Amino acid sequence: MELSGSEIIAQFLKDEGVEYLFGYPGGAVLHIYDALFQADTVKHILVRHEQGAVHAADGYSRSSGKTGVALVTSGPGMTNAVTGIATAYSDSIPLVVLTGQVSTAFIGSDAFQEVDSVGISRPCVKHNFLVKDVKDLAETLKKAFYVASTGRPGPVVVDIPKDVTDPNIKIPYTHPSSIEMRSYNPVTKGHPYQIKKALKLIAQAKKPVVYTGGGVVLSNASQSLTALVQRLKLPITSTLMGLGAYPATDEQFLGMLGMHGTYESNMAMHDTDVLIAIGARFDDRVTGHLEQFCPNAKIIHIDIDPASISKTVKVDIPIVGDVDDVLTTMLEMLKEGDNHTDENALKDWWKQINQWRKKNCLKYNKKTKTIKPQYVVEKLYDVTQGDAFITSDVGQHQMFAAQYYKFDQPRRWINSGGLGTMGFGLPAAVGVQLANPGKDVACITGDGSIQMNIQELATCLQYRLPIKIINLNNRFLGMVRQWQEFFYEGRYAMTYMDSIPDFVKLAESYGHVGMKVEQTSDVEDALKEAFAMKDKLVFLDFIINREENVYPMIVAGKGHHEMQLAPDSELV
Amino acid sequence: MENNKSMRHIISILLENESGALSRVAGLFSARAYNIESLTVAPTEDPTLSRMTLVTRGSEEIIEQITKQLNKLIDVVKLNDLNINGIKHIEREMMLIKVKAPAAARDEIMRLITIFRGNIIDVTDESYTIELTGTSDKLDAFIASLDCDSILETVRSGVMGIARGTYSLHI
Repeated sequence: MELSGSEIIAQFLKDEGVEYLFGYPGGAVLHIYDALFQADTVKHILVRHEQGAVHAADGYSRSSGKTGVALVTSGPGMTNAVTGIATAYSDSIPLVVLTGQVSTAFIGSDAFQEVDSVGISRPCVKHNFLVKDVKDLAETLKKAFYVASTGRPGPVVVDIPKDVTDPNIKIPYTHPSSIEMRSYNPVTKGHPYQIKKALKLIAQAKKPVVYTGGGVVLSNASQSLTALVQRLKLPITSTLMGLGAYPATDEQFLGMLGMHGTYESNMAMHDTDVLIAIGARFDDRVTGHLEQFCPNAKIIHIDIDPASISKTVKVDIPIVGDVDDVLTTMLEMLKEGDNHTDENALKDWWKQINQWRKKNCLKYNKKTKTIKPQYVVEKLYDVTQGDAFITSDVGQHQMFAAQYYKFDQPRRWINSGGLGTMGFGLPAAVGVQLANPGKDVACITGDGSIQMNIQELATCLQYRLPIKIINLNNRFLGMVRQWQEFFYEGRYAMTYMDSIPDFVKLAESYGHVGMKVEQTSDVEDALKEAFAMKDKLVFLDFIINREENVYPMIVAGKGHHEMQLAPDSELV
Repeated sequence: MENNKSMRHIISILLENESGALSRVAGLFSARAYNIESLTVAPTEDPTLSRMTLVTRGSEEIIEQITKQLNKLIDVVKLNDLNINGIKHIEREMMLIKVKAPAAARDEIMRLITIFRGNIIDVTDESYTIELTGTSDKLDAFIASLDCDSILETVRSGVMGIARGTYSLHI
């Protein structure tokens, strides 16, 4: 088959099984768009901003487990995409981002819409390529998909100069079925000796805690994790990124840990003697003050990335390998013999944990007339029967979502945990809804975040995506305001937005349904009404309590045992 | 991190001889605030591969992170830290140095060159250009032995390192 560079791209995406391509056209990618138009090999989703394209591809990937693909033009198209790429990089999401580039003859001449895409993206990609010859195109694309989706996943940028996609230059094409790279051989199998050592340590533990992260989701290890944790009756906590990997409604689950984690999780972390870290990376929002982190614990760390091991916290038993593979091996080893845990010690440990649980650290006053954001999330959980895909933006609403929506399944909780990108939620929901047609998809957001990619409401109409937007509107940049209240004596510098759009009218002007909800008593009915509209995007603008704070909280520099609970937590 | 003792390490790297590979290594060091004392790179006998020698400093933990992060770069095929696991190594650096050589000073400069086993590779009425190879210390010592006003120009290659014996870095 003789194809041009642009036809190769169209054909390759089909051969690779790509379902959706999220993109935005421009000069440098005109040939590619023409080939896509004619070949009709993949469904192209036209976003309204390149950042939205990458977030949508990202949401598609997070919710489906497949590699997300985006296509943007050179120059500003590429620079707009960078925030999306960096977001995916921070959370290890497999993406292939195709960026147009000026023709090879013009590279380096400061041509119109030229930027050094490889240079700009280098620190926030797993790898990137510049294709200088159409003969290298198919193989490079194959490498990009391979690198993005294997090992510790991540985004890969392929920069494609316009002349490489010239429709008049045709070369033979076959889809490369596999690829080998001498310099890239990710380890997947954990070392059996290390795994045995870990099991031995767990058997001696008096106060073990399992601490899981996004790696468990990425490795599709929910089943093996759940089996192992339930078999050994271990307490388990999760990072923001790992939520859903272990069912949140199970009684062995202690809730999220870290800065806004539960009291029981963080106290257990502080007191544990054997910490089993799985697909987690000891992020500063999790560890708090490093010197007070798990002061009495021996640490087992399972991770596919050797560079994650002992990066900030020194571990005792490292196991480099794919999480699911390692956990499955552990389960197999457990078949031999008994006494895999110290049952008596565990009983005492659970007694202690249940004591901490009695603090009921997430309780809040539900009887206020003004809407509490926590209440909205709880009702959302009820109305969707805990079965929705939830995307979120970044801020207080994100923490409330993580705390009050109990995720029982992986890939249901879609948020920018690592980079903390405001404006992620709505475009991500576009990808999530496309990957999961017919499923409830809600974007929990705030009046600050939603305005950062509000233009994607138009994309939602074009493709009839019935996303439900849960806008927790406090007329503040709530998380920053909370920090200003706590640490800057209440000087609310630039966290109040004096002119906020009428979101109901705004939703309507984009062709959607808008609803404003101002009283606690209306929350549930409004949600029911919205989710009953199966074919409509509904923008629910919840006017919430203005100065609600996220609790519990570990203030910077404090240890896990020094949590601050809600001031009125004893009263309600 | 307990061990903050900063040690000098020579890391030998085989990497794909492709455009951009060098910038990935350099970018990694600046992004993660690791320091580079010297860096030298050239293609090997296999033209698809480059060999880089990188000299850095850091605590044991930092050096461990550096080698792990380097290994993570897709263009890095293989690497060795020449300062661990009891590896014995040899290191060399080359310097080209141009000095003023008026007739009256020539004998003294010649003597120094002989002592340091250098070669004169270019001569004019007023100058010598000298080639000198050795450890970085030796090159420093040679410079120190000269009258600093007499130095017109120096250029140093940066350190190259190789392990002793049959232990070798290849694919």
